[in-house]
Amino acid sequence: MEAIQIDGLTKYYGKARGIIDLSLSVKAGEFFGFIGPNGAGKSTTIRSLLGLISPTSGKASILGNDIVTESKKVLEKCGYLPSETAFYSGMRVGEIIKFSAQLRKKDCNKESKELCERLQLDVSRNVDELSFGNRKKVGIVCALQHKPEVLILDEPTSGLDPLMQKEFFEILNERNKEGATIFLSSHVLSEIQRNCTRAAIIKEGKMIACDSVNSLSKTNTKKISVVGDFDVTKLTNARNIQKVQGGTSFLYGGQIQDLIAQLAKSEISDVTIAEPDLEEVFMHFYVNEKANNGEKK
Amino acid sequence: MTFVKHELNQGMKTFWIWTSSIAFMVAICVFMFPEMTGEMDSMTQMFSSMGSLTTAFGMDQINFGSLIGFYAIEAGSIIGLGGAFYTALISVGVLAKEEKDRTSEFLLSHPVTRVQVISEKLVATVAQVLAMNVVVFLISIGSIAVIGETIPWKEISLLHLAFVLMQIEIAGICFGISAFIKRGSLGIGLGIAILMYFLNLVANIAEGSKFLKFFSAFSMSEGADIVSSGKLEMKYVFVGMTVAIIGIITGYIKYSRKDIS
Repeated sequence: MEAIQIDGLTKYYGKARGIIDLSLSVKAGEFFGFIGPNGAGKSTTIRSLLGLISPTSGKASILGNDIVTESKKVLEKCGYLPSETAFYSGMRVGEIIKFSAQLRKKDCNKESKELCERLQLDVSRNVDELSFGNRKKVGIVCALQHKPEVLILDEPTSGLDPLMQKEFFEILNERNKEGATIFLSSHVLSEIQRNCTRAAIIKEGKMIACDSVNSLSKTNTKKISVVGDFDVTKLTNARNIQKVQGGTSFLYGGQIQDLIAQLAKSEISDVTIAEPDLEEVFMHFYVNEKANNGEKK
Repeated sequence: MTFVKHELNQGMKTFWIWTSSIAFMVAICVFMFPEMTGEMDSMTQMFSSMGSLTTAFGMDQINFGSLIGFYAIEAGSIIGLGGAFYTALISVGVLAKEEKDRTSEFLLSHPVTRVQVISEKLVATVAQVLAMNVVVFLISIGSIAVIGETIPWKEISLLHLAFVLMQIEIAGICFGISAFIKRGSLGIGLGIAILMYFLNLVANIAEGSKFLKFFSAFSMSEGADIVSSGKLEMKYVFVGMTVAIIGIITGYIKYSRKDIS
C-alpha cells in the first residue's frame, strides 16, 4: 500500500501560491526526501497532509485515509515534527511529552524515557527556558514516542548539533527498519543523500523531479576537475565554474567528445570526471529552470 | 477531557487573580455598608439628586439605604464590570492564543478533531466563568453574614444569576471573534466589554436611546431594575442568549475550516 498518495494537490492562500498540482506517492516503508528551497511549498504540502490547512483542490491520502475526511485517522498514524516547535508556556518538558501522549490516548512512558535518554533531554526543565535545539528535541520525542507508522519531518535537523543529528538519524533509520515510512523535508541535501532512497524536488510550488536519489544524482551532468591551464569558456555547456588552486572545476552537461577534444588541446596535468553530488544536481535543476524561464521571456 | 483539564491548568493563574480581586472588592464593599448606614439618609438624598448620573446607574429606582439597594449598585458595578472583563479576556483569547503562541500546530497535529478542540475549550471557558461566579457569590454571602445583616436570598441570587447570563452573552460574542483573529485579542475583548457597558449607561440616561439596551449585555444585569421589580427582563435575556448562541456557532463554523498558520 502507498503510505502517502498525493494527486493534483493545489493550495492557494488567497491569490498567493502555495503548491500547484502536486502529485507524488510514497510507498510504505520508504525513506523519502522532499527537497526545495525556502518558500517552495514544502511546509504547505506537509500542513495539508496533516489537515492544518485545507487544500484548494486535489486529493491526498495517508495509508488509505483521506486527509480531509479522515483527518483524525491520518493523525493517529502520523508523527509530525514541525520546523518550528512551540509549546505551552509554563509547562515542563515532561509535562508536554505526557500531554502529547494523553492526547493520543496512549501510554508511551517507556518509549519517551528511552528517547529522552538518547537525545540527552532533561525532562524537568521548563519549556520556556529551552534553546532552539532543545525545543526541537522535545518535538522529536512527541513525534516519535507513539511509534507512528508514518513520520513526517519538516526540516528536522535545524538547531541540532552534529552529534545529535547523527543520533537522530540513527533513531530514524532504526524506525525505518522496523517498517515506518519516513517523509523528510529538508534543504540540507547531504542528509537527504545519506538517508533517503527516493526524493522529490519542488520549486515554486511545482514538483520538478521525483526519482531515486541515485538516479537523481546521475543526470547527464558530470563534475569535472582539471589541474593545469584550461580555458573553460571555450566549452558551451560548462556551469558552476570555480577557479581552484592550480586548476578549474565545473559542471559539464554537453557532449563528452567536445570536452575531451578541448582537454586534449590544453596544457593539463590531471583530470577527474565524477558524478556530481545531490547538491550540485539541485543547483542544476534550479539553474536549468531559470535558463528555460529566461528563454520563454 | 484531557484538553479541558489542560485548559483549566493553563488558565488557573488568571482565574485566581481575577476571582480573588473581584471577591475582595465585593467583600470590602459589603463591609463598608454598616459604616455608611449612619450617614445613609443624606447619602441617599445626594445620590438620588445627581441628575442623569443617578438615572445612568439606576439609583433613582432603589433605596440606597437598604443593604440590597446598596449592594445592587456598588457590588453590582464591581462584579458587573470585573466579571465582564474577565469573561471577555478568557473567551476572546481561547482560540486565538493558540495561534498567537503557535501552539495550534502542536495541538492539531495530534489526533483530535477541530470540533473536539472547540467543544473542550468552550466547556473549559464556561467552567471558569461559572467557578468565578460561585466563588464571588459565596464570598459575598459570607461577607453579608459577617456584618450581621439578613441575607436577601431572592434578590441576591437573581442578581448573581443575571451577572452569569450577562457574562455568557459576552463569552459567546468573544468566542466567535476568537476564531477569526490571530493577535491583539485582549484589546478586542476589553473593548467589547467597555463598549457594551457604556451603551447601557447611555440607554439609561437618554429616553430616546432605549433601543441601545438590546445591543448591550449589561441590560440583563441592571441591578436597580432587578431589585425593584424582583425579576429579570426576559426580552433582554432572550436577545442576549440568542447573540451568545450565534457567536458560539460562528466560532465553530469558522474554526473548523480555518487554515492554521
